[in-house]
Order: sequence, then C-alpha cells, then structure tokens
Amino acid sequence: MPVSPMFNPGDLIRFLPEIILTAMGTFIMVLDPLLNRRESKAYGTLSLATLVAAILAAIYAYSQPGPAFGGMLIVDGFATFFRVLVLGVGILTILPSFRFLERQQAETSEFHALLLFSIAGQCFMAAANDLIIIFIGLEISSIASYILAGYLRDDKRANEAALKYFLLGSFATGFFLYGVALIYGETGSINLCVVHAVVAGPDAPLPVMVGLAAALMFVGLAFKVSASPFQIWAPDVYQGAPTPVSAFLSAGPKAAGFAIFLRIFMTAFAPIGGAWAPLVWASALLSMTIGNFAALLQTNVKRMLAYSSIAHAGYVMVALTARSEIGTAAAMFYLAAYACMNVGAFAVVSHLSGKGEQYQSIEDFAGLAQKQPLTAAMLSIFLLSLIGVPLTGGFFGKFYIFKAALESHLVWLTVLGLLNSAVGAYYYLRLLVMMYFRDPGDAVAGVEPLSPTLSAALILPAIGTLFLGIFPGWVLDFAGRSSSLVR
Amino acid sequence: MNLLLLVLLLPAGGFLAALALPRSSPSSSRYWALALSLVTFLASLALLGWFDRRLGGDQFTVNLPWIASPEIRFHIAVDGVSLWLVLLSTFLTPICVLISWHHIQNRVKEFYAFLLLLEFGLVGVFMAQDLFLFYVFWEVSLVPMYFLIGIWGHERRIYAAVKFFLYTMAGSVLMLAAIIYLFNRAGTFSYAAILDQLASGRLLFTPPEQMLLFLAFFVAFAIKVPLFPLHTWLPDAHVEAPTAGSVMLASVMLKMGTFGILHYALPLFPSAARRCAPWIAVLAIIGILYGALVAMVQPNMKKLVAYSSVSHLGFVVLGIFSFTQLGFDGAVYQMLNHGISTGALFALVGLMYERRHSLAIEDYGGVATAAPWLSTAFLVTTLASIGLPLLNNFVGEFLVLQGAAIANFTWAAWAALGVIFSACYMLWMYQRVFFGELKQTVKMHMPDLNLREWAVVIPLIAMMVWMGVYSKSFLDPVGKTTARVLEQTQVNVPYRVDLQAPAHAEVSRAR
Repeated sequence: MPVSPMFNPGDLIRFLPEIILTAMGTFIMVLDPLLNRRESKAYGTLSLATLVAAILAAIYAYSQPGPAFGGMLIVDGFATFFRVLVLGVGILTILPSFRFLERQQAETSEFHALLLFSIAGQCFMAAANDLIIIFIGLEISSIASYILAGYLRDDKRANEAALKYFLLGSFATGFFLYGVALIYGETGSINLCVVHAVVAGPDAPLPVMVGLAAALMFVGLAFKVSASPFQIWAPDVYQGAPTPVSAFLSAGPKAAGFAIFLRIFMTAFAPIGGAWAPLVWASALLSMTIGNFAALLQTNVKRMLAYSSIAHAGYVMVALTARSEIGTAAAMFYLAAYACMNVGAFAVVSHLSGKGEQYQSIEDFAGLAQKQPLTAAMLSIFLLSLIGVPLTGGFFGKFYIFKAALESHLVWLTVLGLLNSAVGAYYYLRLLVMMYFRDPGDAVAGVEPLSPTLSAALILPAIGTLFLGIFPGWVLDFAGRSSSLVR
Repeated sequence: MNLLLLVLLLPAGGFLAALALPRSSPSSSRYWALALSLVTFLASLALLGWFDRRLGGDQFTVNLPWIASPEIRFHIAVDGVSLWLVLLSTFLTPICVLISWHHIQNRVKEFYAFLLLLEFGLVGVFMAQDLFLFYVFWEVSLVPMYFLIGIWGHERRIYAAVKFFLYTMAGSVLMLAAIIYLFNRAGTFSYAAILDQLASGRLLFTPPEQMLLFLAFFVAFAIKVPLFPLHTWLPDAHVEAPTAGSVMLASVMLKMGTFGILHYALPLFPSAARRCAPWIAVLAIIGILYGALVAMVQPNMKKLVAYSSVSHLGFVVLGIFSFTQLGFDGAVYQMLNHGISTGALFALVGLMYERRHSLAIEDYGGVATAAPWLSTAFLVTTLASIGLPLLNNFVGEFLVLQGAAIANFTWAAWAALGVIFSACYMLWMYQRVFFGELKQTVKMHMPDLNLREWAVVIPLIAMMVWMGVYSKSFLDPVGKTTARVLEQTQVNVPYRVDLQAPAHAEVSRAR
C-alpha cells in the first residue's frame, strides 16, 4: 500500500466525523456554565444534531476512500460501516435518555459530552489502521464510558459498576498494550499493513512471538467485547450503569471492539490464522454457552440482557472463527442487527424502570401489553429478533454467521451454536410471557405515557430490525463489498 | 395476479389490517376475520378449479428474487399434495373464526389478528419451494400459535406455550443447520434445483453425511408430527390452547411435520430414509398403540382427543415409511382426514366446554337427551374418527394398512390393533358423555346447536362423508404427486430398489 508521509488536505475530510464529534463535545462542555439549567434539553438536541452531522460526514468521507495521515487511518467501506453503526447507536442512546435523565434529575452537559467523546473514540477505532491509533481510540472510548457507567454518582450500584469497569478495563488495555509492544519489537512496525507483510513474508519473526502478541491482544479485545473468559464484568456493569448507558455499552463499544478485532486479526494476524483459530473457537463456544445458560437464571432484566449480550458476542466470535470474508461480512451484518434489537430492548427497560430505576425485574413487565400495546409490540419485535425468528434482523444475522461457519467446515461449532440459540429462546420468552400472558402489576400500572423521543427510540430500531429481516440484501451487499480489508 | 400469491397474501394483508381495527369494537374484528378468511377460502377454491389434475408437478408457480446474495428466491407453487393442505388450512380458518365468536371475549382484536397470521404462516409452509423460504414460514407459523396458546388458553397455558415453542425451536435449529449445509454443497436454496442435482448425480452425499442430514430434518419434522417419543409437548399444547388453537394445531400444524417428511426428507435423502425406515416404522407403531392406550384412560375429553392424534399421526408416518404407492396415498389422505375429523372433534368439545365449562368426562352424562343434534354431530365425527366405512378415516387407514402390509405384514398387523383400540376409547367416551342418566347440571347448561354452530358443524360433516364416499376426487392429484416422490426416493439406492421391485409391481396391479 502506498503510504505518503506528507500531510494531505484530503485527510481532513476522511477525518471529518471525529473532528465534528470532538469539537462539538468540547463545545457542549463549554456551553454548560453559559446556559440556564432549565434549558438542559438543549444539550441532548445539540448532540443529536452532532451525531446526524457526523453520520453525513462519515458518508461523505467515504466518497474519498483511502488512507489518511500516512496510513494511520483508513477510510474504507468497513470503517464507514462501523462509523455509521456507532453513530447510530449514539442517536438511539440519546433518544431515550431525554426522559430518563429528566426523571433521575440528572441532566447535565457532561453526559452528552462524554457520550460524544466515547463515540469519537469508537469512530477512531473503526477507521484505525495502526496499533497506536487503535489504542488511542480504545482509550478515548473506554475512559469516557467508565465515567458514563458511574454517571449517577449518588447510586451505589452505579459506583460499583464504574469502579469495576475501570479497574478491569485498565488491566485489559494493559494486556493489549503489551501485545502492541511485542509486535513492534518483533516486526518493527505498528502499521497493520506492514505487520501483515512482515508476518507473511520470508523474514517472519518467530511464530511463537507473534502468537503471544496475538494472544495478549486477544485478552484485551475479548474484554472489550465481553467475550468469554473475560466477560465477568459485563453483568455487574450493565446492571449498575444507568439504563441508557447500559444500552450504549452493550452496542457501541462492542461494535467498535469487534471492528478492531476483525481488522487486526483478519489483516495483521491473518497469516497465523491457524494458531489463533482454536482460541477464538473456544471463546465463541464458551461465550455462547455461559451467556445463554447464565441468562436463564436471571431475574433482573438488565442483568439478563447483559448475559444475553455475552451470548451474542459469542455468535459474532463464531463469524470470526470462520476466518473468511464471508465471516467478516456476517459479523458486520450481525452487529448492525444486534445494535438495533439490543438498544431497542434497553430503551423499553429504561422507559419502564421508573424513578430511581426501581423496576428492573422481569416480573415488572407483567401486563405491559394491556397497558401499552405499542411498547409491548416493539419489545416483542426486539425479543423475537434476539431469539432469531425469521423476518427479523437477528435471524438473518445468525443465518449468515452460521452459513459462514459451515463454509469454513466448523460443523460442531455451528450445531452447538444453533442449539445454544434454542436455549436462549427460553429467557426471551419469559419476558414475552410476562408482557402478554400476565395481568399488570405496580410497575406497569405507574408507567408513564410514551414521550415523542422515546417513541422514536423504539420505532426506529424496530424498523431497522424488520428492515434487516425482510430486506437484508442491501446491508449485506455493502458488508460483503467492504469485507475485504486492506492488507 | 397469480391466484396462489393471492391466497398467501390475503391473510397477511388481513393480519395487518386487523391490527389497525379499533380495539373498542370487537365485533368489527370478528366480522373482518370472518370475511377475510372466507374470501381466502373462495380464492383457494378457485385454485382447485384451475388446478390441472392430470399433472403431478408444481403449478401456479411464482418465482421472484428476494435476496441477492446468497440467492434466496420467493418461490411458491403447489403440487397435488400441498394443494389439499393449503385448502385444508383455508377451509378451517373461517371455521375457527366462527367457533371463537363467543368463546373469545378479551383482546378480541389481537386474537383474530394472530389467527390470520397463523393462516399466512401455515399456507406459506405448504407453498414454499425454496428451502430458506420454507424455513421462514415454518418459524413464522410458530409465533402466532405461541401467543394463541399463551394468551387465550386455559390454566396451564404459559407452561404449554413455552414448552411448545422450545420443543419446536430446538428441532428446527438443527434443520436450519442442515439447510445451510445443503446450500453450501449445492449452491442454491431452490428445492427443485437441489433435487435436479441429486438426480443427475452432481450432488452426492456420503452415507454418514446423508444420515446426519436426514436425521436433522427428520427430528424437526418428527417433533412437529409428533412421533413417539417426541410427543410430550402435544397433550399440553392441545389441552391448554383455546378451541381455535387446538383445531389449527391438530388439523394443520401437525401436518407440517408429515408434509415435511414426505416432501423434503424423503426425496432429499432417500437411502438414509430407507435405512431408517424399519426403526421409524416401529416408533410409529408404538405411537399408534401408546397413543390409543393412553387416550383410553384419560378423564379429560380434550386430552383424550389429543392422544388420539398421536395415534392417528402414527398411521401417517407408518404409511410414509412403507415406501409404497398405497402407503403414500393413504398417508396423505390420512393427513387430510385427521385434519377434518380431529378438527371437528376439537370444535365439538370446544362447544361443549362453552356450555358446561368443564372438560372432564365425569361432569357430563346424558347429553344426548339434552342436546340431540349436538350428540348426532358428535356421533358422526366419532364414527369417522374410528374409521367406519363410508366415512373419511376408513379410506386413509385402509390404504395405509395395505401399504404397510406390502412392506412388512407384521407392521400392518400391529397397526391394525390401533384401529380396534380407537373404537374402544372413542365409543367408551361417547357412551359416558352422551348416554346414561341426564345430570341436572348438564340439563341446565346444554342447549342444542345454534345457527352459528350449525355453520361450523355442517361443512365438517359434509367433508367427512364426501371424503369417505368419493375419495377419487381427492386421491387423483395426490397419487400423481406421491408417485413422483416414490420415484425420487429410488435415486441412489440400487440395492434397495431391487428389494422393493416386486412390491412395486404389486402396487401397480392393485391400482
């Protein structure tokens, strides 16, 4: 790949989404002392506008694909896909948070600024083609999300969540950094394309050293995407964090994490694929099994969704295990479908949780269909999609993933994964049972009517879920075209 | 517009429109569902009119692109077997609307919406000609039934609904794995194209590969049938479902399994199917006898009918795995017969439940005195279910037993015991419920059939008589299609074909 060390004005266009996000994040922080408390809704509106602008910028940047800043960033279909995805997750996080923050009386500018910074980090990760940039993106995204997890600072559980997330997260980043250092020592470069060339070339370093670096990076990345055996933090953090933040954590950082996971392992470490495949294989199976079986036992909805998100990370790991472009495309499609359905499901939880997030139990969903048929119908779509019922995005996602796995002859992983998804059906059905087959309880009796922003936060992902389920071709085509990463 | 597409899309459009109807006026939902299901039925009758009975192949084909890569096509068609199953679904849906008219009082709008969605899914399963599309409809039909059982069922409805969903789901994910595997090998989801490749030898499976694929398909279908020992979800689901749910479940949904075996599992994996045939036939016979014996001791009418379904469906599976023309014809005919007669039994039991609010046999007695017409209708249905000549089940059971006798006489002998048992449990139940001393509670609560209920009963009884007296009008197209299936199952199995040849010759003589 030609790498020009010269600065090139076109680079700024390729970097536009991150510029917009960072500038506006800073602006919102500065705005805080200038604005009256009562105008706090302005922050949310402003960040929504920022995110929409950033999406447009990301699409515009794709009109000039190619490397930027001497190959440190790369704007390709893959990067654009994940940029749009994390920005979309950002929008779907802010929409339900309007009412949520109002109810918790916690509307400040920091929430929105931190969210924008975190998303900026994730955009970095999506487009990074250099281990240091990846690390910087990871840190920007993570540090902002540590604070967001503990955003409700008077809440004990939120504090616990933030602390746990921070301590374990720092360790994981440390592991990742060790891997980066080792790679630099062995290959003399941190650029993924160069690393790939060296590892595949005639003067390849000792496979054991590259393998060790890959393993160290695997530890760090598996933590970020909450894949087994580094998933322990997820249930506590998702449960303790404010619900919109949990929604965000379960989709945004995870999607960006998988973006770099795919990018690093499918480019730099592709030549030693045979060595890391068993590792990912085992992690995929463990994540699916632990996630699904642990979710069976949960009574708290957020905790259940946390375990379910571990299981879904496992499905994406199956796509990674396939080690093919079809697998990469399947993972991209799945993450898009997963973002829609999971963020949508969390939006319903945040709607129902009430003041102080007191209603989080599965029992609290009893009779929702009688009180608010629309909310229940939307949540049903998300849940059916999480189960993997046809005509929803979740089904096609699973279908493409397991198709890719079978093409790579991963018969056992496919069979076990599909059986896992049948196990998973049980705990999602429990929520459906509550909503439709039981009579309303306290939580539902006191539920407030849907606000316009919340309706949007439910209807948009529902449309997305159904669209991906009925016309998956469009997104899949794009994913398929962008799945061949620059090496 | 293609007539078949119309039959498929009418219920789907009806479902969407039903969602938009006002919640405050339940009768608008009722009339809408009735009108729409009747129109769908008329459209499917037109389908019958235009169907060319001389051809065994697919007709009314619609083949549109759906997803480009991997290529999945919206490809629907009917042949001589699926045509009848489509008609069975469209015939029973208006009947289900009618029997739920007063029975369903809460969340009426949703009930009828789900009923129409169910019709859409079921009709789609029988029409699909693309394996992927088939799987989509297969799963889509699961969701409305889950809600029908879970929301409008009896006391243990939640347990039954979840059990039903999980059983079916567990089976069908394996089928999905097998479908994907087939795609990766054949490069297409089109069923006809895959069969073509198999017939021309371009697609070959090693014996263990074929066996595993066959089992993956077969287990999914066997759960749905349900074949002993995978039947345990059925009594729960049937007993807890509302009447319309039981009728659709027994009459149409169970046929998805037997249809799947006949239409997919056999032609795709003929030699594995033949190798498993003795084992499956034995399971089917165990199902026939076990279902009948358990039905005999049930104190609950609905549960009795549910177990009788296990027994009747055993005949269907036995007929299929006899690998004879007669057995196939009998199996298909028995699928339709069971749809009509067991559907009628569930409907009548539902009518009695509406009156007496009990399903226990001991709560009845002397109903014949209080409601003579209801009792007459029940008697005709009972006799049909037992297999009395001139009524529908006789023809099907006879063909199945004859086919089984050609394949293995011992099978036929054991299965015939099931026919005798069925007379025992049905007549004994009839005796206890309808004869004997008229109890005061029964007398007070048991008015005779009203006009709406006559409208439910008469078409069903007319079908029983017609199918029993003049089976030719149904069996001709069926025979054309099953002959083709039989031919397809002889691909790849030279050594078995030799073994079967004399039997085959006998069949042609018999016909």
